[in-house]
Amino acid sequence: MSDFAASSRFMRIVDRRADPPGRGAVNRERFIRRFKDEIKRAVDEEIGKRGIADIGKGGRISIPGRGLKEPYLHHDSKTGSRDFVLPGNHEYLPGDMIDRPDGGEGDGQGNEPGEGESRDNFAFVLSRDEFLSLFFDDLELPNLERTRLADVSFVTTRRGGYSRDGVLANLSPALTMRMSIARRIALRGGIASRIEELEEERHESHEAGRRAEIDDEVTVLKDRSEKLPFLEEIDRRFRALQPVPAPATRAVMLCLMDVSGSMDERKKDLAKRFFALLYLFLERKYGAVDVVFIRHTETAQEVDEKTFFHDPQSGGTLVMPALELAHKVIEERYAGNDWNVYIAQASDGDCGDEDAQRCAGYLQTELLPRVRYFAYVDIPSANSGGWFARPSDLWQCYEPIGAASFAKRKVHDRRDIWPVFRELFARKEAAA
Amino acid sequence: MNPWDLAGLDAPARRRASSPRERPWPRLVSRPAVPMPVPGVTRALEPIATGTEWTVPLLERFDVALSAHARRLHLETFPVQYEVITAAQMIDLCSTVGMPVHYPHWSFGKHLLGQEHTYKKGVSGLAYEIVINTSPSLVYLMETNTLPLQVLVMAHAAYGHNAFFKSNYLFHQFTQPDGILDYLTFARNFILDCEQRYGWREVERVLDVCHALAPYGVDRYKKPAKLSASRERERLAERLRFAQHHYNPDVAYLYENAAAKQGPELEEFEPQENLLYFIEKRAPKLAPWQRELVRIVRKISQYFYPQRLTKVANEGAATFWHYTLLHELYDHGQVDDGFMLEWLSNHSDVVTQPSFDDQRYRGINPYALGFAIFRDIRRICEQPTDEDREWFPRLAGTNWVESVHFAMANFKDESLIEQYLSPKVMRDVRLFLLADEESDRSKYAVRAIHNEQGYSRVRQTLAAQYRPEVQTPPLAVTRFSADSDRALLMQHRVERGRLLDADAATEILAFIKELWQFDVVLEEIDDAGNRLKIHRT
Repeated sequence: MSDFAASSRFMRIVDRRADPPGRGAVNRERFIRRFKDEIKRAVDEEIGKRGIADIGKGGRISIPGRGLKEPYLHHDSKTGSRDFVLPGNHEYLPGDMIDRPDGGEGDGQGNEPGEGESRDNFAFVLSRDEFLSLFFDDLELPNLERTRLADVSFVTTRRGGYSRDGVLANLSPALTMRMSIARRIALRGGIASRIEELEEERHESHEAGRRAEIDDEVTVLKDRSEKLPFLEEIDRRFRALQPVPAPATRAVMLCLMDVSGSMDERKKDLAKRFFALLYLFLERKYGAVDVVFIRHTETAQEVDEKTFFHDPQSGGTLVMPALELAHKVIEERYAGNDWNVYIAQASDGDCGDEDAQRCAGYLQTELLPRVRYFAYVDIPSANSGGWFARPSDLWQCYEPIGAASFAKRKVHDRRDIWPVFRELFARKEAAA
Repeated sequence: MNPWDLAGLDAPARRRASSPRERPWPRLVSRPAVPMPVPGVTRALEPIATGTEWTVPLLERFDVALSAHARRLHLETFPVQYEVITAAQMIDLCSTVGMPVHYPHWSFGKHLLGQEHTYKKGVSGLAYEIVINTSPSLVYLMETNTLPLQVLVMAHAAYGHNAFFKSNYLFHQFTQPDGILDYLTFARNFILDCEQRYGWREVERVLDVCHALAPYGVDRYKKPAKLSASRERERLAERLRFAQHHYNPDVAYLYENAAAKQGPELEEFEPQENLLYFIEKRAPKLAPWQRELVRIVRKISQYFYPQRLTKVANEGAATFWHYTLLHELYDHGQVDDGFMLEWLSNHSDVVTQPSFDDQRYRGINPYALGFAIFRDIRRICEQPTDEDREWFPRLAGTNWVESVHFAMANFKDESLIEQYLSPKVMRDVRLFLLADEESDRSKYAVRAIHNEQGYSRVRQTLAAQYRPEVQTPPLAVTRFSADSDRALLMQHRVERGRLLDADAATEILAFIKELWQFDVVLEEIDDAGNRLKIHRT
């Protein structure tokens, strides 16, 4: 410590490690904002290369370096003459001639500002959040408008203002004390003016009786003024809660899949990818999303994810039980206005005509009013193309449904999934 | 005698070398001699610390020890504030040239992302240290560094750079270390405010242009006015008051400049090198807030101007001082051998100079060159050879501390090399001079090497390489007409036939036009006054 005293120098060590991220984040965001188009294109390209299961990860992307060049004035190295000094001479003597390297290597100006800009591409790493927000940038939740405007059904509370009653935990001591002081000042003021009045009267009065009376009263008043209670019930103030309407923020996604014999691995894989995409999308919008897996053959069953995708089943196909089960699940667990219910159904649509008819009817009367969105993905067999291809039974029966919250698309191939998904959830043009 | 140190043998050998064609290097061994500090000082019984773990109290004790040695060696420094940061924060800082406050801009984000990417891939490490010219001087210590590395950074930045900032004449003349952070805060707030009012696209457009022109926003000879955030705020407040009264900000600008314009303004127009200054004052169609943006970039560019002139000198001095101070610690027994080996390995990475044909070659390493020069100054003072006496008669044998301080205080890169680059350093680094002649583009001609006939030429050319004109071709506004077509005429003085890169020139002109809003013409003029080329927007 003694040498500390000897040093008159000012010195301080500050630990900044716990500081919140600052300018770095801001500048990063500026960069992404500025080159949004290029970056988005790169993100889309990247997605084309990735499996859908990996889409949720951040990643390295690169964008063309042209646009983000920061130009600076410099000489054209092909003109004029110049002398320059280099280090590391091994063998040359004055008068020697050296072949000029092509790439500008060994050029005395190698350390010009902005090196690295001549590279064709600028590569960098996007975080998961940045990646996803670009990935979903022109997708919008279906019917978000309605959620925002009409269906503001969910009430939450927020702190706001003060009230006279509440639970003790919410007591606001500062305000309570202020009220107590105010009350005491107000009451003392009244007493003081009354005392003043009485004393004046006593001064003017000549009756001994009246004066004694006044004296008594003054004593009482003074006593009362001194004994004003420090805190009274009416002083207490509590922090209050205000009800605030809020859009429903919880979401559940029901995945319905046909696992009958006709659904081969390829179809299941396509369905899975679609579900994964939907899940990512919802998760991004809502934070946490509940997922319910319902598989069906002739009967419907609620299962866990692994069984859903990997447990082989065989049998015929009935779609109706699955819809009924979905309805039951919604009624039991996800009823109420604070739930956003999404249903994604994947099937090869290969069910009986009668069943399909019933399904369409049930969908329209029972399910659609309860869900935010119902997407049907039709996955035809790989060899079903050609002249004689006809739409599946389910597809045909779903055809006339015109509700805004219903959509159906065909997916033939892995490549189709992203465009189909995009189309289904494309941002609706603002109602102009 | 140190078998590697051939400096003694070298002088007679040099005299014998009569023919310029005689190859000088068989007698030279490239391993440089290390001048170990003088033994014979009392050593502490225990080192301050062993091992590689650091703690804050340990750093404090090391700072005390370093400051004692620094005082003995007459290092004058600004007060220091050490900040312990994470690697991510270091990347942040690097992206804004080490400034803890800066206005937001995408180009900083670009550097950030680029750096982060290469760092994560492991292509490049992070800067060991950044220190900026502020008072108190901010020195950043990365948490991942080992103890020896932390002490190295402390000695390098908090003592080396800090002393350089405090003593060098350029920093004296051009910067106010106590005002810069305040000014940057003001700048950031102003720019954020502009983004609110006028939209970020507009603001970014102006800033992009200004950043490209920042090298031309500098008064090279005139001492700039003091930076003062409060004065800037007052100026803006005054303008705002006027604008509120008259409800036309453009008129306000004219009004504000009316006093200045009453002088003999329309007379002879002097060529103006400070392009941003010129644009700020004269651009016909800029809105007042845009002028303010130009001004901010100009001021900041001016602040960093000395840094650009003193890369070699600054880094060389700092490296020299960390080397010296850490050896002092060792000589006094305050650190052990393991400590020395640890930091020396980092040190030698920093001062590596790959030769020109090496893949790693990225130009001359300012750390290496500067360190070699400063260390050689000490060697010349302490153990001069005959050659040194001949080349540096007034330096050889003097007090090295004073001589090093003199060299730190009074030179920029160009003059430091011109004055102090010794034949020994040229031999060690094997500098040689090439000419790239217009007449023969397929070959470079070797003009001089590190021998008796070549020393002076190599030294002069190397010094000239550090002139700012070499990095940024000089421009000057030579004419503009306020009333006719309002075209702006600029000139580039061509040296030895070196023209501007046509693409870059076109881009820059387009940028200038964004601000000037009328035609911009750039002429390239040779010494005789012939016009060699014209670039137009």
